[in-house]
Amino acid sequence: MGIFQDIQIKNLTLDGAMGTMIQRYPLSEADFKGNQFQNHPIPLKGNNDLLCITRPEIITEIHLQYFEAGADIVETNTFNAQRISMADYELTECIAQVNTAAVNCAKKARELYYEKHGDEQKKYIAGAVGPTSKTASLSPKVEDPAFRAISFDELKSAYYEQIDALIQAGVDAILIETIFDTLNAKAAFYAALEVLENNNLQPITRENPEGDIALMASGTITDAAGRTLSGQTAAAFAISLGHLPLFSIGFNCALGADQLLPHIKELKKHSLAFISAYPNAGLPNAMGQYDETPETMLEKVRPYIQEQHVQIIGGCCGTTPHHIHAIASLHQKKVQS
Amino acid sequence: MKTDFKLILSGLEALIIRHDSNFLNVGERTNVTGSKKFLRCIQEQRWDDALQIAREQVEGGAQIIDINMDEAMIDGEKAMIHFLNLIASEPDIARVPIMIDSSNWNVIESGLRCIQGKGIVNSISLKDGEIDFLNKARIIQKYGAAVIIMAFDEKGQADSLDRRIEICSRAYHLLRDRINFSPQDIIFDPNIFPIGTGMEEHRNNALDFFKATAWIKTNLPGALVSGGVSNVSFSFRGNNTVREAIHAAFLYHAIQHGMDMGIVNPEQLVVYQEINSQLLQLVEDLLLNRTENATENLLEYAAQNQQKKEANIVIEDRSKTPLEHRLIDSLIQGKTSFIDQDIAEAIATYPSPLHIIEGPLMKGMNIIGEYFGSGKMFLPQVVKSARVMKQAVAILEPLLLQSASKSNASQRKKILLATVKGDVHDIGKNIVGVVLACNGYDIIDLGVMVPNETIVSEAKKHQVDIIGLSGLITPSLEIMTEMAQLLEKEGLNIPLLIGGATTSKVHTAVKIDPHTTYPVLHVRDAGTAAQEVSYLLQKDNHDFVSKTKSDYQRVRENYVKNSQQNPLKPIEKADENKLKITDCIYPPNSKDQVIIDFKIDDLTPYIDWMPFFQTWGLAGKFPDILEDHIVGDEAKKLLHDAQEMLNDLIIDPKISIRATFQILPVKRNNPASVQVLEMEHQFHFIRQQQGKRAGESHLSLIDFLSENQTDYMGLFAVNAGIGVDAWLQEIDIENNDYKEILIKAVADRLAEAATERLHQMVRTEYWGYASNEHLSPQDLIAEKFQGIRPAPGYPACPDHTEKKTIWEILKPDQTIGLSLTESMAMYPTAAVSGYFFAHPEATYFGIPRMGKDQLERYAAAKNIDTQTAQRWLGHLLQNS
Repeated sequence: MGIFQDIQIKNLTLDGAMGTMIQRYPLSEADFKGNQFQNHPIPLKGNNDLLCITRPEIITEIHLQYFEAGADIVETNTFNAQRISMADYELTECIAQVNTAAVNCAKKARELYYEKHGDEQKKYIAGAVGPTSKTASLSPKVEDPAFRAISFDELKSAYYEQIDALIQAGVDAILIETIFDTLNAKAAFYAALEVLENNNLQPITRENPEGDIALMASGTITDAAGRTLSGQTAAAFAISLGHLPLFSIGFNCALGADQLLPHIKELKKHSLAFISAYPNAGLPNAMGQYDETPETMLEKVRPYIQEQHVQIIGGCCGTTPHHIHAIASLHQKKVQS
Repeated sequence: MKTDFKLILSGLEALIIRHDSNFLNVGERTNVTGSKKFLRCIQEQRWDDALQIAREQVEGGAQIIDINMDEAMIDGEKAMIHFLNLIASEPDIARVPIMIDSSNWNVIESGLRCIQGKGIVNSISLKDGEIDFLNKARIIQKYGAAVIIMAFDEKGQADSLDRRIEICSRAYHLLRDRINFSPQDIIFDPNIFPIGTGMEEHRNNALDFFKATAWIKTNLPGALVSGGVSNVSFSFRGNNTVREAIHAAFLYHAIQHGMDMGIVNPEQLVVYQEINSQLLQLVEDLLLNRTENATENLLEYAAQNQQKKEANIVIEDRSKTPLEHRLIDSLIQGKTSFIDQDIAEAIATYPSPLHIIEGPLMKGMNIIGEYFGSGKMFLPQVVKSARVMKQAVAILEPLLLQSASKSNASQRKKILLATVKGDVHDIGKNIVGVVLACNGYDIIDLGVMVPNETIVSEAKKHQVDIIGLSGLITPSLEIMTEMAQLLEKEGLNIPLLIGGATTSKVHTAVKIDPHTTYPVLHVRDAGTAAQEVSYLLQKDNHDFVSKTKSDYQRVRENYVKNSQQNPLKPIEKADENKLKITDCIYPPNSKDQVIIDFKIDDLTPYIDWMPFFQTWGLAGKFPDILEDHIVGDEAKKLLHDAQEMLNDLIIDPKISIRATFQILPVKRNNPASVQVLEMEHQFHFIRQQQGKRAGESHLSLIDFLSENQTDYMGLFAVNAGIGVDAWLQEIDIENNDYKEILIKAVADRLAEAATERLHQMVRTEYWGYASNEHLSPQDLIAEKFQGIRPAPGYPACPDHTEKKTIWEILKPDQTIGLSLTESMAMYPTAAVSGYFFAHPEATYFGIPRMGKDQLERYAAAKNIDTQTAQRWLGHLLQNS
């Protein structure tokens, strides 16, 4: 059994937010720095990915909570673990280490889960790859619209480094997520394809269920006009990634489940890949918190499953193991058609 | 699903071509080989005009635009990148897919790195063999683009039907079989050659193309056929009537044979049915090689009917539209073509340049802000509009400055922007920055992860008019609140703008605004930012400020009234959720009050120089700052002067430094007081009441003491200002501002250094709980030790009046010459006082709010009236 066989018989549940869960732990600068970075010249508090090295037990515990809640796939705690984002923390030397440590946290959680519940129900690890802090399609300078803060090749090599480390450490999938600029994502997938090629691995797709790694794409719709930050419609987004051997394509973050649904439907028209969605627990309220309870979110997510708009569903910002548990409870065995 | 369509491409929007859809029109005028006008634009770097050509094509119906920069005198790669990047910022152009057209592979690949959509590469071929062909195709596959294959191989260009079939078939099977290239992404260009050249071997040029097209469509499933149409009429240059007829007739027949798309200038095209029937017959004779003398006949016709056709330039009659509407329209459309002339007209009509900015231009920007907020415009459009604004302001600026200097009025206003500490998100901030810059403000952008202290020092240094804070992650909200408090404390009366994804008007009103006497505004986006800034910076902003303040007051009241969610915990509940620690009681080696005189040369290694530079408005880490290419020289000079002063002080101690402390046995007197044993004195602490996540405690400093056992805490006071005043009086005569500030700054550093050293001595010797501690002064600065030294008035113990109790016990006025003013300030100012806590879990934390319930309890415990307590702590109250 593998992820492809699993998704044939049931919907897969992704995990929920990592950041919100980490915030539950009262962590200090010293926790983030640990031993290895105690002499690091700048503050590291807030660099959540680093906790994979300095407080791995916390990350493992969160993964395990999501497995226990019913998640089939957990995402590694590596949203910012490439050199472009890590440069802000002067940590570009540790990319491979962070990613490897992150995969090990997830693997450890999986082992603990299997020890307790047996390995009948397979659990999967997706290497999470975020959008970086820079955008390849927009100029940060209005007076110089042709300027770019980052080039495709810089993005590609940063992504290569991260994805290579994730794959070497043994992830089942690579999830390029929160894509706000499709050009960034294209660079990420270009790198992913090269990593696969150089390691003689095959992507898992409908045409190739026996492949090794599932490539997953998840964009984010940021504005009221239903566009990505870089201006694309949902359809254009799907088409721009149409060349890729994707296992799944979807949207995450930014909007609540109810606002996200029309865009998810649009994706289905333009892609043969499985469709994924992991919305936020609603929109952040005025105080920056997410209001939706597992119960209210469940109601908004229900049509996704019942009307079969998606095969992979989970939660983004503000979701917790309780939310994921509620969502997982929706999944019943698919009727084979 | 996907195969229902014959071609699927994307720009910002999807382009989906059905099998039954018409010929697909590719715009060809952004091609330096085909358009002299475009070539000149590129050569002269008139990028706006070049963009206008692209825009006109899209507006004229081109569904894809072909871009070609292959010209010997142009750096094609650079021009391609530049132009594609520009197009990406023009949503009305970027909505369509791009065809990257070059015979140079490097230009093609550079182009592919710039487009987020799925475009078309034009073209590759088998000219350099299979390996090269497949390599390039594989790369195109990874970027995600369709590809045009020229009918060209190692032997040369296909010029007959058989050769066209041979090459296209070979290329198709290589792509399909070797690398599984999607058939819908394969587009053949089976070469359109000129007709009517007079050469025998060219007689079948058009006909062979038609036949090859039909063969491809039948035998190579999914593949498409394209071609550059204008080539066919090459021999008839100069006679547009004939050329247009040839194009129309060629296309008519090519489409009949299955041609899907082509590069055509729509303006060089007539409707097939409307071609003069005599001309049509002659053209078709030639195209289809129907008569022997077709070329001669057509040439003869052409000569007879030679007419000069005036270029049909449509001049939009803009003069009927009122000027204000024209300006606003240019802003909303992001069009720069008329802005120069319209602004010139405005200068003549409006009373002053400022009226133009504050009138039609701001009106336009406001509309854009509203459209953006309601989803009618999206970000790249807004950025484009901002650019038009900038261009307009650039014209007006010299005039503004003239009139400003005439009236001796203000110069350009300065706005400081920063993403706060701990946050790295800056896209939104950058956009606000550019939009504000467009509105004629000077932007000082401090970047990301900027500490509040740096913001303050930079704000002082540049004398900014507004500070804008940005943050995307939730913890940034807290930092912004601290920032507001710091600004208030520093007495900087600078309006504060709050922006970023998690910020909100309510948060600003409830958490930030109450701390400030200066105006604080939440800005939703760049559009509203520009608007609010203009209101804030108008000459008489009094009404606006007081209106805003009362508006936020109302929001705050509504929030308190309407929301039950997330109230402060009742103090009893917060008490229950205190931090429970394991006792770690360290009896001190010395229980007596100790007075220590520090020597300056012992303290110099303990000096943390970073705040010293911040005092001078130089931001940066020490010692890196010394090498900074901008402030490095200045920093070195300052450090040199400071060190020289320290050296002088070592020889001639004009300043003396004295500290006193005592470690006292104490017992917790719950809920919130600490009884000093064998004395009358009590210390009173405040507990956090704000909402906490599961697992987090409501902290109070007393939590770091044992619940039931006798424990110990320390009190200390350090005075590094002894002699400073006398010294200042000396140099005052010299009227030396620089030296005065230097003395104060050095004394401040010595006070902190002495405190650091004192704390270390206490930990390792006098109290002795950390006798094994071996830390370098750098580690001390980084606070890598056990225990804390919080000071009354600071976040963990916000009540300044607790200093009085320290003074009653340690009597620093008598022991070390440090007195306490009525407002609880220490004099001399180069001083530190506070508590020592030794518990391993002792940490610094903040108490941002407290409830009325705790305030009343606190007042009662301290035996003061509530009003007095409120005077010192009222700013922490929820509903203040």
